[in-house]
Amino acid sequence: MGLEQNYVSLEQISLLHNRFKQLSQNEETLRRDDLKTIQDLESNPIRSQIIEAFFDSRNFQKDGVGSVEEIGFEEFLTVMSYFRAPPQHITEEQREKIRRSKLRFLFNMHDTDNDGTITLEEYRHVVEELLSRSGALGRETAKGIADAAMLEVASISVGPMAPDDFYEGITFEHFLKILNGVEIETNMHIRFLNMDATVLCK
Amino acid sequence: MASSIYFCLLRTVFLVCFVNPLIQGLSGDVNLVKDHRDQLGNNLTGLPIVTFDWHHVQTPFQVIIWVFVAGLAKLSVIELNHHVINVIPESGLLIMMGFILGGIVWGADKAQTFKLLPPTFFFYLLPQIILDASYFMPNKLFFSNLGSILIYAIFGTCWNAATVGLSLWGCHEAGVMGNLDIGLLQFLLFGSLIAAVDPVAVIAVFEEVHVNEVLFILVFGESLLNDGVTVVLYNVFDAFVALGGPRIDAVEISKGIFSFVVVAFGGSFLGIVFAILLSLLTRCTKHIQIIEAGFIFVVGYLAYLTADMLSLSAILSVTFCGICCQKYVNANMDEKSVTTVRHAMKVLANGSETMIFVFLGVTAIDTEIWVWNTGFILLTLLFIFIYRIIGVFLLTLMLNKFRLVPIEFIDQVVMSYGGLRGAVAYGLAAMLDQDKIPEKNPILSTTLIVVYFTVILQGITMKPLVQWLKVKRAAHSDLKLIEKVNNRAFDHILAAVEDICGRIGDNWWTRGWNRFEENYISWLLMKPKARKNRDYLFSIFHKLNLEDAVNYVSEGERQGSLAFIRSDEAANVDFKKQFDSEFTDVMPDIMVDVSNYELGIEKFSVTSIIKDTIPSVSLDIHGQDRKNAMDDINANHLLQQHLYRSRKNHRHKYSRSDFGINQSENEVQEIFQRTMRSRLESFKTAKMGVSPAKKITKHHKKELTHKMANGHPEGTGHLYGDEENPVVFPDMDTSTHNSLPWLMETDAVAPSQRAQWHLPWTPNRLRRLAPMRISTYSTDSFLMADLEEHEEKPQTDHE
Repeated sequence: MGLEQNYVSLEQISLLHNRFKQLSQNEETLRRDDLKTIQDLESNPIRSQIIEAFFDSRNFQKDGVGSVEEIGFEEFLTVMSYFRAPPQHITEEQREKIRRSKLRFLFNMHDTDNDGTITLEEYRHVVEELLSRSGALGRETAKGIADAAMLEVASISVGPMAPDDFYEGITFEHFLKILNGVEIETNMHIRFLNMDATVLCK
Repeated sequence: MASSIYFCLLRTVFLVCFVNPLIQGLSGDVNLVKDHRDQLGNNLTGLPIVTFDWHHVQTPFQVIIWVFVAGLAKLSVIELNHHVINVIPESGLLIMMGFILGGIVWGADKAQTFKLLPPTFFFYLLPQIILDASYFMPNKLFFSNLGSILIYAIFGTCWNAATVGLSLWGCHEAGVMGNLDIGLLQFLLFGSLIAAVDPVAVIAVFEEVHVNEVLFILVFGESLLNDGVTVVLYNVFDAFVALGGPRIDAVEISKGIFSFVVVAFGGSFLGIVFAILLSLLTRCTKHIQIIEAGFIFVVGYLAYLTADMLSLSAILSVTFCGICCQKYVNANMDEKSVTTVRHAMKVLANGSETMIFVFLGVTAIDTEIWVWNTGFILLTLLFIFIYRIIGVFLLTLMLNKFRLVPIEFIDQVVMSYGGLRGAVAYGLAAMLDQDKIPEKNPILSTTLIVVYFTVILQGITMKPLVQWLKVKRAAHSDLKLIEKVNNRAFDHILAAVEDICGRIGDNWWTRGWNRFEENYISWLLMKPKARKNRDYLFSIFHKLNLEDAVNYVSEGERQGSLAFIRSDEAANVDFKKQFDSEFTDVMPDIMVDVSNYELGIEKFSVTSIIKDTIPSVSLDIHGQDRKNAMDDINANHLLQQHLYRSRKNHRHKYSRSDFGINQSENEVQEIFQRTMRSRLESFKTAKMGVSPAKKITKHHKKELTHKMANGHPEGTGHLYGDEENPVVFPDMDTSTHNSLPWLMETDAVAPSQRAQWHLPWTPNRLRRLAPMRISTYSTDSFLMADLEEHEEKPQTDHE
């Protein structure tokens, strides 16, 4: 299963299993449409990306490619376990590993074509989704903001660029560097999954 | 500046000249003008053309004068507030205004003739505030946090009452308070009346301080529900004081505890009964729509009085009446009645609140009640403050183990600091029996001081405190753009995964309840029509349509006339040419490329629309805009302003002064609308090439294809556009055709004017613009759509 870093307890598993059954209407597998029925999710601007993340093979398997149409409970659990809080007493190395895996999850969410970099296009897409266009903000402005953000990243990771340089995109390493300040391993967790656990699932 | 001074002068002049003589006349020689008519009868020498008869109108006149004065006070306070720059909350200013007024009355009369008497307060001023609060209560939020709210209300209030009472008694025994003849029981009684957090004060102060919705609902819900506890404790200790110490034994105490259960649950149950009554009533009032709005107030007030009569908790009764009836009443009543109710509620509630605060101020200027006992007062202030903090932190510690979303530290601070006492405490204190409790006046004075302290001082300092705390937390470093974006994306991701996991409210119990409610309760309490159309998506869609129409018309008016450009290929409206450059940032060029759609249209017109939210149209903003965006500072600023807020950041929905859609709802609608469009877009691409004769039947909700109010075929035009809802542009040969051109293949047509790109294809099809409201029932448009679908043949729009 490859879940060494992410532990989920039996109790949580049964709760999630109930939820899975409820969402999939007692079928064995979950489809995108099932997730779309959640009403609360309607008000989330990046809903589609998140749903995609559940069906993205990269998140379940070591070298998965592409996305699948339906997932079983194992995969559901795997994705959920990314949101597990790290146990209290772990070594620095393990903490780093957990951090990497969570950041990898986030990276995959942005990098939709799986080429290893977040290109300007992909990033623009994300920014647009996040921006409310209720005000004067047009699509162009959103693009502009995304561009500015990319420039910032470029200048941090690659150093100041000449006007003609082409910045391919944010690689995973750059991504790590940027989000260095954010305590991903502790922030990225759902409290629901926060109970003490040492048992591996299944 | 000038206008506020003007108002102040006006008021003082008015008060001094007009009210003063009235008061003097009132308290002056009553005997002289005993009975005007009597005198008339006796000394009638000639026909009096005009007579002055004060006593005839005395009581209602005084009442109305005070209401008027309170209104003027609010007006001048608001005017002043611009200059006081939101430092002092409005409630504090009103109290101070009350001081001034009280001073005037006292100066004229040497005695305080206008006091806030408990019956006035409890019968005439409080019920509508509670009704307003409960009618607008965000139910989902309330019930999902109900457990925490109950814990705070019950255990928090009991804790406060017990600790404050006991500590004060301890200090009294230690001799700090001088010679007060107050026993333990009386201290406990005092503790119970001072412990309760007051809903009026909480609303008033939290209006000004924007906190997140969970925090707001916790404090607000607590303030409403703790009345159950307060009433019980007050009555129990009042009875104990009357019984006397020796007669209290275990039986009495257990009776006390039992009475809590009865009072609290009885009150709530009574409220629910009245809510059912109200919903059933509104179900039948189709023919008296003019007065159906009045039923809400009447039944609400009845609920209050009935509970009071049975010595149950009146506030709980009204609270549950409002909470339970809102959904059904809003569905059953005509839209106009709904609007009337909302406006009227706000007027009454605001008015009452103003009067309460003004009177709280006026009452202070009375030499009779003031007995200043420094020790008592200071100790009370200290204890309520400390024990509130301790209570909140302890309870939160316990609650966080069970809550899905923990209550953060800053929220706890705000919660403990926001435990304001208000008029309810004063009312209860004023109701104390002087004979049983000889030291009523020190208690009353202390209560008043506590109220002033919490409302004014804590009100003033609340905002700076919150800002200081928040700023302190977020002041690490200047976040880079990408970090900001990522943080926000992060919030949304977490919220989404929480939703997918199913938050705490989404378990078997709530699902079961929802099913039960849908099937049985709604069947009983809602009109059949309303029931069919309570689909959440439809209601949002309907709201969007209404918004569209309003915007469409106002836009058209703004431009002077509806600018129609007829062209075969494309319509190009260049705003830069039409308006000054000041508008160009806001309005983009709009290019509509019609040739994309195979319509076979002979002629069509295009109206210019400002909003650029349609992904189906390619937009091209001026370079000016682009330049601004590249500027780093601006980009940050724009980002700050326009990022969608996640659940945590939304402002609370209840507000005393306005009931419009708040920002979170706007954002939700917008997100919803965007995703709907993209789905319909994909729907369109999927359906392209399908024969136009396809009829769209009501799609399963999952696919989110909306059944739109039907455009009707020719000949049945009279079905739509009732007399009551005149067509918006009857002379236009246009139709509502749609904002969603890809739906042309179908029958069902959305009468949304969000983008009136493509209008009617055949001139002889007179489609009217606004079958959104084809009857006075807002939900009927969809019902009609239902009918239409079965009746007509699949007429197509492509010939």
